[in-house]
Amino acid sequence: MEAIDQIFVNAKSFIVSTLESLGLPDWLTLLIGMVLPATLVVIVFPATFAFLTWLERKILGRIQNRYGPNRTGPWGILQPVADGLKMLIKEDIVPRAADKLLHGLAPILVVVPAVVVFAFLPFGRNMVPADTDVALLFFFAVSSISTLALFMAGWGSRNKYSRLGAMRSIAQMISYELPLLLAAVPVVMIVGSLRLTEVVSAQATEGFFGSFTNWFVFTPWGFVGFLAFFVAGMAETNRSPFDLAEGESEIIAGFHTEYSGFKFALFFLAEYLSAIAMSGLAAVLFLGGWNGPEVLPSWLWFFGKIMVLLTIMIWIRGTFPRLRVDQLMGFSWKFLLPLSLVNIFATGVWFWTRASIPGFAGKAAAFGIAAVVLLVTYVFLARINAGPAVQKRTYRYADL
Amino acid sequence: MSDPKHDAEHDAKEKAPFAGTGLIKGMAVTAKNFVGSYFDKKRLTTVQYPEERETLKENFRNVPFLIFDQDPEAGLRCVACKICEIECPPQCIYIELELDEKGQSLKRPKVFDVDFTVCMNCGICAETCPFEAIKMDSEFELSTTDRFLSQLADKHKLSKSNEYYHQIKPTEAAAVDAKLAAKKKPPPPKAAAPAATASAPAPAPASASASAPEEKK
Repeated sequence: MEAIDQIFVNAKSFIVSTLESLGLPDWLTLLIGMVLPATLVVIVFPATFAFLTWLERKILGRIQNRYGPNRTGPWGILQPVADGLKMLIKEDIVPRAADKLLHGLAPILVVVPAVVVFAFLPFGRNMVPADTDVALLFFFAVSSISTLALFMAGWGSRNKYSRLGAMRSIAQMISYELPLLLAAVPVVMIVGSLRLTEVVSAQATEGFFGSFTNWFVFTPWGFVGFLAFFVAGMAETNRSPFDLAEGESEIIAGFHTEYSGFKFALFFLAEYLSAIAMSGLAAVLFLGGWNGPEVLPSWLWFFGKIMVLLTIMIWIRGTFPRLRVDQLMGFSWKFLLPLSLVNIFATGVWFWTRASIPGFAGKAAAFGIAAVVLLVTYVFLARINAGPAVQKRTYRYADL
Repeated sequence: MSDPKHDAEHDAKEKAPFAGTGLIKGMAVTAKNFVGSYFDKKRLTTVQYPEERETLKENFRNVPFLIFDQDPEAGLRCVACKICEIECPPQCIYIELELDEKGQSLKRPKVFDVDFTVCMNCGICAETCPFEAIKMDSEFELSTTDRFLSQLADKHKLSKSNEYYHQIKPTEAAAVDAKLAAKKKPPPPKAAAPAATASAPAPAPASASASAPEEKK
């Protein structure tokens, strides 16, 4: 298990040491050591994206009692290949009135942050491309660049639907950035570090059962934080039911109305990559990262958690209709934001109770107090956010 | 809407205690559909077309075809009267009468073309044909790689046997056969007493054959 767990780490150190023994200059081996994990990220996650498009269509199909793609290969598994080929050979159309520079730059700029954020995620034990002490901050900072790229795409296209989609995406991103960050704050408070590897190791304890009982999602504040983070993350990555920026039934395709061929594929790729990254961050912050019973290697645990979260995202997409703009804003500002603020307070109370009362009693008291505070807040927020009670509709003629 | 059972249900829903239960219920519905589609074959109503086919309904009609009895050339029921050519709304039928050396009609078509790209599958040709010679086919896989001549069906392509007609539309074909048999029977008694009723039957066929195309104009 140890060998499989560390297979990638060992492979990398083997390659680097071999190159060193061959007499390459130091800076070159250092560079290769940096490029290797980056290459792996650039290969693995687009591959996951390809698999995910197939999985999504398959699950959505089954939810709607259809087969989903089943023509290309067994169970239609080669559908992403066919789609990719189609995208590559399609004509790249740039509108005559478009701002050529912005229109061309936007698809690139939307993919770059979506890929860069993977540098900060710990994929397994000792497996993190860039182990910085501000990883969490960096993650949010880099991923918010994509908002700019979406607006560039919408503005540069010179199309009213594109612009509407871009404006919606700006409003949405700004609104959901806050609850997203505030939902992650309790974790930082408890761990005392922005380094994601430390967040992961804070959720690990010894023993078979200990390897998952310490996940933050099993604390009251962690549970609420996870839900708020997951929902806000879904909104942040434009996933349905928060896909207002695309809104294909309302504004054609939103910001990527005027994109075709490979540029469109890049937007598609960026959306899924950021969904994968957001699931990965949620797994790191609340689901224990790569921690898990040692029946599977750590990196497989991490990928398994990501896939579960992505499947839930697809499941949610298959269930709920798209929100209205006012509902979207209201949900963020009037529900998620106060909830995550109270969550920070509850985390403080939880931590203080545990610190001041020793033993099991302190743990139980902390759990109880935090749970009650959060439950009351949840019910209160739900009550004040609920619209006027639905009146029984009476029909003058239809009932006859 | 005013029945008491529904009202009770409505009230119960309004008192739903905990926010978010509706979301869970919705997720449960989709999960049930997802899992159910793997176990309950009835849920998947999609017909996997080229491999699986549903049997066509008898009333299904597409492009027309010509019926022949026994011999594909001589047995063709069509007499090239051109009623269908005149009646066809999109004018997709083109008929030329076949003549012998003396210029006498042989009562069969030399050319009978139907342009399937123009045909709108209305079935008026089959309705107006007094000889039950043209009927609507249920062949629908007509796509070809050639846009032009492959869709122009000539006499040979259009000719299909009466057995084929029985095969695709049994009820209708049986009715047509009975009608034709009934038409054939009268001549023997007519031939037996031609002189007695010479004046009576004579105008009837004449007016029938003359009025049929005229009326429809």
